[in-house]
This record gives sequence, C-alpha cells and structure tokens, in this order.
Amino acid sequence: MAVAEGQRIARPGVTAATGRRRPNVGRIVSWAILIGLIIITIFPFWWVLRTALSNNRSLGTDPGSLLPVDFTLGAFKRVLGLSTVAEAQAEGGSGAEVNFTRALLNSVVFATVVTAGQVFFCAMAAYAFARLRFPGRDKLFFLFLTALMIPPIFITLPNFVLIKQLGLLNTYAGMVLPYLFMTPFAIFFLRQFFLGIPRELEEAAMLDGAGRFRTFARVIAPMATPALATLAILTYISSWGEYLWPLLVGSDDKHQVLTVALSVFRSSTPQGSPDWAGLMAATFVAALPMIILFLVFGRRVVNAIQFSGIK
Amino acid sequence: MIFLAQDVASPPGLERVGVEAPGPPRRRRQTSETLAALLFLLPALFGFTVFYLVPLVRGVFLSLTDWDLLSTPNFVGLKNFQDLASDKLFWNSLLVTAEYVILNIGFQTILAILIAVLMERLTRSMAIRGSLIIPYLIPNIVVGLIWFWMLDFQLGIVNQFIEAIGLNRIAFLGSTTWALPSIAFINVWRHMGYTALLVFAGLQAIPKTAYEAAAIDGASEWKMFWKITMPLLRPVLAVVLVITMIGSFQIFDTVAVTTRGGPVNATRVIYYYIYQKAFDQFEFGYASAIALVLMLILVAVTFVQLKLLRAGESDLA
Repeated sequence: MAVAEGQRIARPGVTAATGRRRPNVGRIVSWAILIGLIIITIFPFWWVLRTALSNNRSLGTDPGSLLPVDFTLGAFKRVLGLSTVAEAQAEGGSGAEVNFTRALLNSVVFATVVTAGQVFFCAMAAYAFARLRFPGRDKLFFLFLTALMIPPIFITLPNFVLIKQLGLLNTYAGMVLPYLFMTPFAIFFLRQFFLGIPRELEEAAMLDGAGRFRTFARVIAPMATPALATLAILTYISSWGEYLWPLLVGSDDKHQVLTVALSVFRSSTPQGSPDWAGLMAATFVAALPMIILFLVFGRRVVNAIQFSGIK
Repeated sequence: MIFLAQDVASPPGLERVGVEAPGPPRRRRQTSETLAALLFLLPALFGFTVFYLVPLVRGVFLSLTDWDLLSTPNFVGLKNFQDLASDKLFWNSLLVTAEYVILNIGFQTILAILIAVLMERLTRSMAIRGSLIIPYLIPNIVVGLIWFWMLDFQLGIVNQFIEAIGLNRIAFLGSTTWALPSIAFINVWRHMGYTALLVFAGLQAIPKTAYEAAAIDGASEWKMFWKITMPLLRPVLAVVLVITMIGSFQIFDTVAVTTRGGPVNATRVIYYYIYQKAFDQFEFGYASAIALVLMLILVAVTFVQLKLLRAGESDLA
C-alpha cells in the first residue's frame, strides 16, 4: 500500500475531453476545497500557540484576535515550573503547582524504552518466524496474530491487577512492561519484511562460520534498517499518545507522562475562570515533540503511516 | 487484522517448508534450529503469555465473578451478564457508542474520499499530504484539549465565529444534543487526513487506462467517479473501514478529557462505562463482563466487514 513515488498517475481532470468542456472552474473550486480543509487542519495549531502566548487575564478582552492578546511567555514559564506562584497568579494561573518539565521527561523515557524494547524483541521474534524452522511455527504465529482481535481494555483490567499484585504501581517498570516485549502488529510487520530479504545473503554469512545471532545482527538487521526505522517511528508516536495505561499505573506526580499530566491539569482548572493560556502552553509542549519528529522525518513518517494502514 | 483471513487460506511460510538446504545431518540441524528459534522467541513469548494470553483467560474468569479488587472473588456464574441485560446505563452506552461510530465513520470516510480524490487530481505534494497527517501524530488527549478550548462556550474561537456571522452560540460540549456530535467531529478532525492517505494510496493503484477509455467515450467526471473510481476502490475502502471502525468503537481518551461521559449520559460510551465500573466503582467482575461483550461485538464487526471485503475482491475479478 506504500505510495509509488514519482509514478505517473491517472489524472482524469486533465484529459483533453473533459478539459475542454470544463475550463478551469472545476479546478479552482477543487483547490479551494482542498485549501479550506488544509486550513481547518492547520489553524488549530496556530490557535494553541496564539493562546499560549497570551496573558490569561486578558484573553476575554479580545477573544477573536488572531494574534496573541497581551503577549507574554508567562504561560510557558508557568507550566514548565519556571515562575513563582505570585507571577503565575498575576497572569491568571491557578497558582497550583504544575511542572510539565518532569512530565515531558517521563514521556520521553516511556516512549523511548517502549520503542527500543518493542522493536528489538519483535525483530528477534519476527526473524524466528520468517527464517527458522521449528515445530508449530505457523500455529504459534497465527496465535500471536489473533491477539490483534482483543480490545485493549479487556486485557487492561487483568494487567492492572497483575501490576498491582507485583507491587509495581507507580513505577516506570509497571508502566512499560506490557508494551516492552511484543505487539502482534510489530511482529507481523517485520516478518513480512524479513521474508523479502534474499536467503542467499544469510547462507553466505553462515557458510563463513557466523552463528544465527551473528547473522541476525550483522546481515539481517542492517538490511532491515528502513523497516525497523518505520516501525520505531510508528511505535514512538503511539506510545507518546498512550493515556489509559499510564493513567492507571503511573498517576503519581513523579511518574505522570504528558497525557496524564494534561488531564490532571485540565481537571484541576477552576470551572469559572480556567487557565486557558496555561492549558494551551502545556498542550503545545505535549504536541511539539511529535511536530519536530514530523519535520525531521517528514517523508518517512507519511510513508510509515500510510503503510500502517495494512495492519 | 486483515491478513488473518489470508493466513488461514495459505499458512505463512508454507512455501518454504520442506525446502531443506543441503548441509549438516538433518536431525542435528533441526534441533539446533529449534533451540535458536526458542532463544529468538523468548522475550516475545514471555510478553505474549504474561500480558496477552494469561490476562485474556483471567479476564474471562473475572467476568464470572463479583470481584471488587479488595475481597476474594466469588464465582457467580453468568450473573453479571444477566445483570447487563437489565442495565439501562449499559444499553445506553451501547446506543451512544453506535451513534458515535456512525457519525464519526460516516463523516470521516466521506471527507477522506473527498480529500484523496482532490489530492489525486491536483497535487503530488508531500507537504500537503504531510500537513494533513499532523493531527494524527498528536495524542488524543492533546487533540481533545485543543478542541475543548476552541469549542468553549464563552471564549472559544468557534463560537466567536458563529456569533460573528449572526447565529447563536452553541454549548458544544455542554449540551446533551451537541456533545456527542462534537466528540465525533473532534475525532473526524484528527483522523480525516490519515484516512485520506490510505484512500489516496488506493486511488494510485487504479490504472490510468480505465479513465482514458471512459473519457474517450465522453463520460463526465461525476460518472467516472461513481462508475470507475468507487467500484475499484471498494476493497481498499473495506480495509480502511475495518481499521477505522475498530478504533472508533474504542473511543475513550477524548471523552475522558472533555465531557467525562456527560452531560447526563450523552457521551458515556462503552469504553468509558467499563472504565468507570472498574476504576471508579471497583466492580471489576462486572466491568470485565462488559469488556467481554465489547470484544464479541468487535469480532463480529470485523467478521462481517471481512466478508464485505471478500465480496469486493470478487467484484474486481
């Protein structure tokens, strides 16, 4: 399902027959709709930044302004724990202690550990499924795949009980464990890729005396770098957005990831006069790493997501 | 998930079985290979057993108990399921979820097809494709909060706009009428670009010649869309629908961070109901029973859609 880059594709809109009957009106309307949809997609991000750079006390004076109202970096300082209570309250913060620096760090740790573990362990498993012969291989692979059918909530309840019984509530270990070793999708994805690598290469390596593990590390893994990178990007994005599990298992101040910290911040804002600027600054902090990831890996992210469609 | 069906038809790796490379005596090689495989599989097997297989069995067991997380669980047979039948909140949550899925998937799919068709005709630009995908990269919680602010009754930009064009403000997330459609809209916003990319990939696979022939016959663009694009897109659409619908049934994050099931029960979707039963009221047995029902529903939905997918493929042949 990956896009065939640069391939010439059917463009019925520009065939001679239709081109003559409908001059450029259709094309202009089409562009207008597409641009409209892009604006709807992008505008909210500007609105987040615009609000985050506003003074919360002044927001109400010009709620429709496209630029920050009474420009200040106060909201960012507030949510990153860089301003005093008095400063925060002066700009309409609640004065409650919020520190998204810690949450940001927790999110990075959580997503990085989960991604590293999952990609590594799933690559090993996928290699076994793709290349090694052992009794019951295909049955076992099928069993792994059926796990795709289980809605996460169904196993979340018993998993929560397990982590609780192990005394791992509010620990990093408890947060990452269920994600660390495998997901059916990751194994399926990598197995498909490994099946496409020519056998001759590993056989040559093995004839040279390399063992299974050496062959895997020196021949297979380097050849599979694009697939591993794609999987890593997808895993990082999804673990960055994970909410329910970190909420259940890591909800204390020390272990909150950004999504959890955000929902706590949202619950603690007073009903009457919410700290919108602070909330949006925190939101921006949570979204920024994904936007950076996108800017750095642009094309690869798009292709990875397009590929994920086959799961 | 899609590949489950295909794997049944032709077990993976079958073509390789029996193709033994010449080398050391077969049995010794076989044993060493099995041993190596075991080592390679060990972490994944551990994860699968501890965090998928055992919880699955345990979940089924829990659904037959009255466990409250503290005392010893009592086996109550099918009582939880009997209670479900007369639980108005449960039926309400099913109804709300169904409404949500219809609104969400309906609008999302139509918009995605529209975007994909427009992109296909107008531009190959990676920047445009990229900008449409950005919302999908952002956590659900973040997206929920962004719109919680934009849809705010007092200061939200959407209501500023509505007022500016002379209409009355709408309490989007605060009224029983608007809350669910608003949640559905938020997730349409997050997923439309993603879904469009999947459809777009499907469009690119349609042969150019199909359109050329129709254009020579003088078919209008509208007609070509319905007679060529849509039928040829059907298998891809079926796949896309399976993926997006399974996800849609499991709507939780957005509700948790905006309406929390309210106002009244307007957005208490099934996932949120399970969450409340388990972690607010500690009725773990009952919550597991609802989760089991949800699982059965999802399996049924997938099954039906896979049938449709196959129908789509035979159409193509």
